[in-house]
Amino acid sequence: MRSALDPGAAAALVADGATVMIGGFMGVGSPHRVIAALVERGARGLTVIANDTARPSVGIGKLITAGCVARVIASHIGTNPETQRLMLAGQLAVELVPQGTLAERIRAGGPRLGGVLTATGMAAEGRQVVQVDGREFLVEPALNADVALVAARGADYAGNLVYSLTARNFNPLMAMAADTVIAEANEIVPLGALAPDAVHTPGVLIDHLIERPRVA
Amino acid sequence: MNPKELIARRVARELRDNTLVNLGIGLPTLVAQFVPAGTKVYFQSENGIIGFGARPPEGMEDLHLTDAGRAFVSALPGAVAFDSAMSFALIRGGHLDMTVLGGLQVDGRGRLANWFIPETLVPGMGGAMDLVSGARRVIVAMNHTQKGTPKIVDELTLPATSLRPVTLVVTDLAVIEPTPEGLVLRERTPGVSVEAVRAATGSELLLSATVPEMDLS
Repeated sequence: MRSALDPGAAAALVADGATVMIGGFMGVGSPHRVIAALVERGARGLTVIANDTARPSVGIGKLITAGCVARVIASHIGTNPETQRLMLAGQLAVELVPQGTLAERIRAGGPRLGGVLTATGMAAEGRQVVQVDGREFLVEPALNADVALVAARGADYAGNLVYSLTARNFNPLMAMAADTVIAEANEIVPLGALAPDAVHTPGVLIDHLIERPRVA
Repeated sequence: MNPKELIARRVARELRDNTLVNLGIGLPTLVAQFVPAGTKVYFQSENGIIGFGARPPEGMEDLHLTDAGRAFVSALPGAVAFDSAMSFALIRGGHLDMTVLGGLQVDGRGRLANWFIPETLVPGMGGAMDLVSGARRVIVAMNHTQKGTPKIVDELTLPATSLRPVTLVVTDLAVIEPTPEGLVLRERTPGVSVEAVRAATGSELLLSATVPEMDLS
């Protein structure tokens, strides 16, 4: 039976300069307690892989505002003016990846595949193109990370996870693609409370569970 | 009728019964307000849901039930939620019947640019490239000009969203269809002449046999 970590202990597992996948779509489905703990410990130089950087005071945006991030790999940064400002000022490296390609590169990272072939993004120049059965594709390498920070609706004592609605998004993909996976759930339930068919992410993938939310 | 409503109403007439549709953020979301009576459309939001509906009553919103613009939505009976890999498998794999997106430019070959203005606006492409590459029909909903400058141009001066031509362009002045022969002017806004449309367009427009006014009833 695993034991739970408090957010601060989890944040200590994310080294400065680490590559970190963080779940969420515009802050929905992001691990908010771990993000706050990373800001508090003064993390620096992180490479963040995520769909977006939300807004300056929301979700992953808090890491941007606090100066924790050196590089972002994302599909969209338009909702965070701070991210855009830092990018244009040359203080934050931003690599934009089409959302479907980002999802598939992370998904391919899970089973440690080399990558995927996709026709999305062919308009960009200087990309490696291959032909399969007469169709052209871009070669997109898989993405992996040192740490994945995922958020879930519920977890059982074995770390099996279930997600809620549009808070699911990138979390199940990231939960497979990192060396260390830390899961933050809204509630933790006993073994047996989650039926086998109901589990979205097998607990075997989860290295650390964040403790239940503490009521002040 | 203001230009946005005009465009949304005309685009809504492209909706077909029993189809899966994705609406981009901004102007395209207005299309959902004008779904023709008797037409059943399933709306997908790229963040992982099919079958979302109007915002819940004030105070009853679910923090985990949002659209791609982070607005609160409801889930209609028969709705389904899924992760981002599934979402984009549906989008890229041709399972999406129609997508409506905004545009910065469309060129003479029907290619769309809508995600990047160098050194100024860098929103990122989000799902736009996958949507234009994968949806069966791609409708661009945009103003015909930006501060007097035509947005329909001979050649794109902004990075393309996709090399694949879009299906239809609906603006506050006209309905234009890209074809292998070039851009064809199909319809014009009530009260707007063919000459006025041509004057506001930065590329040659072929005329269909007749160019009727849009039916916005």
